[in-house]
Amino acid sequence: MTAATIFYALLFYAAFLLCVIGLVYKIADYARTPAPLKIPTTPAPTTAGGVVLRMLREVGLFESLFKANLWIWLFGFMFHVALALVLMRHLRYFTEPVWFWVAWIQPFGIYGGLAMVAGLAGLWARRFLVERIRYISTFSDHLMLALLAGIGISGLLMKFVAHTDIISVKAFFLGLMRFDWQPLPTQPLLLVHLTLVALLIAIFPYSKLLHAPGLFFSPGRNQADNPREQRHIAPWAAALEKAKP
Amino acid sequence: MAAAEVVAPPLKQYPVIPILQAGAMAHSKPYTANAAIQQAIGFPGELVEDWQNKAVAKLGDLLHKYRGLKVYLDACVHCGACTDKCHYFLGTGDPKNMPVARQDLLRKVYRRYFTWAGKWFPKLVGAEDLTREVLDEWNTYFNQCSECRRCSVFCPYGIDTAEITMAAKEIMDSIGMGQKYSNEIIGKVHKVGNNLGLPGPALLDTLQSIEEDLKEETGQDIRLPLNQKGAEVMVITPSADFFAEPHVYSLIGYAKVFHAAGIPWTLSTHASEAGNFGLFIGNYGQMQKIATRVREAALELGVKRLVVGECGHAWRVAYSFWNTLIGPFDFLDPNYPVPQHICELTYDLIQRGAISFDKSANDKYVVTFHDSCNVARASRMGGIPGGQFEIPRAIIRAAANKFVEMDADSIREKTFCCGGGGGILTDELLDLRVKGALPRMEALKNVVDSDGVNFMATICAICKAQFSKVLPYYKFNMNMVGGVHQLVSNAIRLGPK
Repeated sequence: MTAATIFYALLFYAAFLLCVIGLVYKIADYARTPAPLKIPTTPAPTTAGGVVLRMLREVGLFESLFKANLWIWLFGFMFHVALALVLMRHLRYFTEPVWFWVAWIQPFGIYGGLAMVAGLAGLWARRFLVERIRYISTFSDHLMLALLAGIGISGLLMKFVAHTDIISVKAFFLGLMRFDWQPLPTQPLLLVHLTLVALLIAIFPYSKLLHAPGLFFSPGRNQADNPREQRHIAPWAAALEKAKP
Repeated sequence: MAAAEVVAPPLKQYPVIPILQAGAMAHSKPYTANAAIQQAIGFPGELVEDWQNKAVAKLGDLLHKYRGLKVYLDACVHCGACTDKCHYFLGTGDPKNMPVARQDLLRKVYRRYFTWAGKWFPKLVGAEDLTREVLDEWNTYFNQCSECRRCSVFCPYGIDTAEITMAAKEIMDSIGMGQKYSNEIIGKVHKVGNNLGLPGPALLDTLQSIEEDLKEETGQDIRLPLNQKGAEVMVITPSADFFAEPHVYSLIGYAKVFHAAGIPWTLSTHASEAGNFGLFIGNYGQMQKIATRVREAALELGVKRLVVGECGHAWRVAYSFWNTLIGPFDFLDPNYPVPQHICELTYDLIQRGAISFDKSANDKYVVTFHDSCNVARASRMGGIPGGQFEIPRAIIRAAANKFVEMDADSIREKTFCCGGGGGILTDELLDLRVKGALPRMEALKNVVDSDGVNFMATICAICKAQFSKVLPYYKFNMNMVGGVHQLVSNAIRLGPK
């Protein structure tokens, strides 16, 4: 067992724990906090079914962003869809035997990797080229793009330039999942890739990546427009009411 | 403080996103409420000692009470979708009027005190201590947001700057840094019953003189009853309707509709205000206390239906919040929506053929319609989403022959605020109001030039007051703006004399 194997095994356990604990805490916190008033951005669906459709359009198509700005939508949508594809492609390193659909999408995953980096490049370029977006960009906005671009580029390099021992990498991750550690190859490109991925997993609930769970809890999007039909009252507001003479 | 110079930007034919002018509106801030105004509604009279800790504690309190605030402060990724959507940004070029930058004024403090990353790596994530400079910036720029929610339409996460502005105002009120205009008005409602401080006898006098004028004009006994027990409908309308022009023409329109349809109705002195500035300052308790007057008046007068006059934010509070704040309304007639907008009522009567129009009475007008922000993006009319757009337009089309739409990006859910909403309709902010009206004025100019539009109908007292004041700065006639029920009033058939 090499030092690198032990280090990366512990790193991924720690990152995973930080991510899960943070996310569970955040999601529980969002769910516990009441939304005392009906504030959907109207026109809004009037039924729960309609709200589900609205959320699906927001999550799957970025509907509001599409209305706002075609360039941001194009790069943002390209990046997210590509990332999803790449993540699905990576499932093959965590499943044995590999699920049939994961095997089926393998060739597309490569394009996904390229599109992901291209989308990130577009988003990043806007932070420099568009005055308004340059103004609002913070250091962490750039770092987040650097992190994601680093992951994408190191991954692509392993595919197209310097192959890594992918069989051993898979054995390492399956070993992590089964608590039966296996040696990790120490190719520098792989270690860079894995370090950045672990970092991304770890900071997920402590950064603006919270936009992912946040969207589902956004009252402007997830509330049905039915305040006349149904009385909506938060527990603290109800307590206020009871306290009155 | 010397009055700021009021400068209207030039009107361009196509909307142009301005070049950033940092600090362009740093001078614009409202008068601070004095101790008497503050204390009258339960806020500290002046900036409290230890205000910094109290403000942070208040933010913590709000984060526990409002899920929206918590999610909105976490979720922003600085994508920039909102950056060119705010009318104040478009009119001033001040980067802090970009919605995301406005939000960040509060977000940076939230990050510093409430997030792990902001506590340990403030520089990295743009977290900042709450200093006097930051507080002054809050006072400046959260009073340059009209809470119109246009940005929230375009945000991929639905982040609503209005909620963040309201939270910031609530925090500032709680440490003694209130805004004079809004807080003084709230005090008047509690004391007299309406925003304008119009006492009962004066109101009665006004209504009687309108009745006399109507008798002379139409030969008919069109009533504007006050405190009429047992009336079927109680109308709650913005107090501007009682005496300001053009608002009063809409009030006359409501009276004619009730007269023509034969529906017994009444106004109330106790609830002589539909407006609810509790919304603007983000204070649940004040909003509830103001709304409670409506419930009390309805019970006292024994009415069966509640109808709300032409007022944007009032309709938001009535439609979206009354059931929560002062419901349930089990004592009212369940066959009608509670509350009902006056446009819903008029539209229903048109559909049923209970009222009709001589459209030629409005032939002197080429009409366009300005969607008011709170009606468009925070409420509904009728049974289907978007009814708030269709119903007022259907009424206009029924009452007038010539109707033209403004640019599609400036109407319906994408409508621009008039520039005076959210507690900004005060003289010391006139420069901001004029500049904030720019996008609407540009869209209006285009239909004035192309179609000869000479009447912009709207259903909001703030829009009417704001446009009356601002239109002349753009070389338009101030009488171009008026209510939908002003057109109804001109054209409705009242039957044989």
